[in-house]
Amino acid sequence: MSNALQTPVAPPRNGFSLGKIWTDKRSRGVIIQIFATAAFFAFIFWLLRNAVANFETLGKPFGFDFLWQESNYDINQHLIEYDSRSSHFRAGVVGVLNTLLVAVCGIVLSTILGFILGVLRLSPNWLVNRLSYCYIEFVRNVPVLVHILLIHGILVHALPGVKAVLKGATDDASQQFFLTNRGFYVPRPIFESGIWLVVAAIIGGIAIAMWYRRQARIKQADTGEQSPVFWMSVLAILGLPIVAYFLAGQPIQWDAPVPGRFNFKGGMALKPEFLALWLALSLYTAAFIAENVRSGIEAVSQGQTEAAHALGLPRGRTMNLVIIPQALRVIIPPLTSQYLNITKNSSLAIAIGYMDIVATIGGITLNQTGREMECMIIVLSLYLMFSLTISLLMNWYNKRIALVER
Amino acid sequence: MKTMTKLALGAAAATILLGTANAGETLDAVRAKGHVQCGISTGVAGFAFTDDKGDWQGFDPAVCKAVAAAIFGDTNAVKYTTTTGKTRFTALSSGEVDMLARNTTWTFSRDTDLKLDFVGVNYYDGQGFMVPTALGVASATELDGASVCIQTGTTTELNLADFFRINKISYEAVPIETNDEAQTNYKAGRCDVYTTDASGLAATRSTFENPDEHMLLPEIISKEPLGPLVRHGDSEWADVVRWVLNAMITAEEFGVTSENVDKMATGTENPEINRLLGSEGDLGAMIGLDKAWAWRAIKMVGNYGEVFEEFIGSETPIGLERGINGLWTKGGILYSPPFR
Repeated sequence: MSNALQTPVAPPRNGFSLGKIWTDKRSRGVIIQIFATAAFFAFIFWLLRNAVANFETLGKPFGFDFLWQESNYDINQHLIEYDSRSSHFRAGVVGVLNTLLVAVCGIVLSTILGFILGVLRLSPNWLVNRLSYCYIEFVRNVPVLVHILLIHGILVHALPGVKAVLKGATDDASQQFFLTNRGFYVPRPIFESGIWLVVAAIIGGIAIAMWYRRQARIKQADTGEQSPVFWMSVLAILGLPIVAYFLAGQPIQWDAPVPGRFNFKGGMALKPEFLALWLALSLYTAAFIAENVRSGIEAVSQGQTEAAHALGLPRGRTMNLVIIPQALRVIIPPLTSQYLNITKNSSLAIAIGYMDIVATIGGITLNQTGREMECMIIVLSLYLMFSLTISLLMNWYNKRIALVER
Repeated sequence: MKTMTKLALGAAAATILLGTANAGETLDAVRAKGHVQCGISTGVAGFAFTDDKGDWQGFDPAVCKAVAAAIFGDTNAVKYTTTTGKTRFTALSSGEVDMLARNTTWTFSRDTDLKLDFVGVNYYDGQGFMVPTALGVASATELDGASVCIQTGTTTELNLADFFRINKISYEAVPIETNDEAQTNYKAGRCDVYTTDASGLAATRSTFENPDEHMLLPEIISKEPLGPLVRHGDSEWADVVRWVLNAMITAEEFGVTSENVDKMATGTENPEINRLLGSEGDLGAMIGLDKAWAWRAIKMVGNYGEVFEEFIGSETPIGLERGINGLWTKGGILYSPPFR
């Protein structure tokens, strides 16, 4: 629209002429864009064709058939059924799940830690605020790989050796939790058929809590009376499943780890590789998130706090109802990029032997089958997919909490 | 249809052109740049290590040095690229290195599907297990439920999975990137067992403070013929590396050492020695080198036996016996094709 205003096109005197397409600013712009796009795609196509042709010259035809061959290697941490007889594809799925596991756990922990640190950083208490400041400056100025190696080193070298713990466990059979340098062993839940009642109770509890919250809002809008929303929610979400658990005859059995000759048998283990990666990524990213949170809170003008206080809102409510909702608008966009960083940094797992997607498809499978191009394409597209999904979710959330303009 | 045919013809022509351009190009490229780019391991005592001058030494770099000596007459005309078990094949097939000499097992799929060419065997090895003596294990079949440290991207990884599956016992694989990391984890007790080629285990054990506190289990669960390899498709270059290795083995067979090679090169009673050292015939020209290629390799690096004894033999801390790596004339299986 504005273009038309800036360049008034003279009415064509002698009809259409080819030269005018080029002299006209608008059509020239379109032509240049068409050519640039075509050249770009031609370049990409040329690159890909070249690569495929080179591989074929080498005698390695491009294709993904190798994914269905037997993988022949074992993976120490797998969330789904897997052994060395499974296919490379399944090994890839195990890797994807391991990547997602550490990414999701990392995002949760780093968000919690980051918010706490960010708020502490603004505390009027000098000691608390300095401690938080020192932590943030120390952690975020050391590369994350160093953190990973450091924490892995501490876990493997400083935690008690498995032999001593095994001996202790044999002497005292009542123990159920064991912390060793081969992992943190805990009892594994075995679900029996009655478990559906508990699951239903959890879902029902959440639904009741949400319903109660809405009723409380309506009631407050009508009468100004407040209801104990928090405690009622806790009661519904926790209380109901507990009642259901006992009604269904305690449908969860615990498979406790028992000492074997070399390791504990049974139970579940959090391996030092997972722990190291998870903690390192979370602690590192939390420092960045803390700074985001601080900047978000500081971006809310002091006048807002004063106004809230003047209305008689106590400190906690001022924070929850006035400051945080406004701060979130500043916090969310950079938070998204921190979440992306956690997901991508999880590929450093390779340094300590955590079997993520880079270690399985991008590592052992690549090495055993020699399909560099294909494996790298798979790994690349997967990371792209993870990142785009996170961006999508965060953008949706960002839109939801954005200032509604009337 | 017509365009398709044209495209296909074009592609075929391009393939043929590229194909012919490949032959012998590595040797020419090596000559042009003035050094051999050699892929080695990140370090295994005796097999590949840096000396006090920062130069790579050991049983594997010796092959690279011998190739450089044969081509340039200079053992320093080698540049080394350290590779892990995972990066080695990509480094070779992408052309980053000209040859690999780093305890790599010759297997069917590597030789064919991975488009590599193994040119010979410089150490016949097998996969073994090392455990702390205090663990009280006498056989690998007792290892049910143990944690096993293993280098990723190796044949040992596959053998291990097979061995435990066949014996119907369970284990926890602890994947590790390099030999050094594996040692650290093994010593820290992250794993009960360290498994790799028996020669590598002996080398690793020799570097421990108390080697007596660790033992190798009697089982050797695989055949691991280790040898140098090159890219598939350049037979001329493969010939050079293959015959340098064979020259070192043949030299030992006929008693040619780095000490006496000068004297022998003037001519002996044995025509095969004469052909090897270039005083009779011109074998060098057939692989694109001069007459004295083998003489230089033996003079500057030594014959197979000398290299073995210098770096990994029974007099060294590694203390490996010749065993099956002895000459075929002395009860081993080292056997070089004749120089004729």
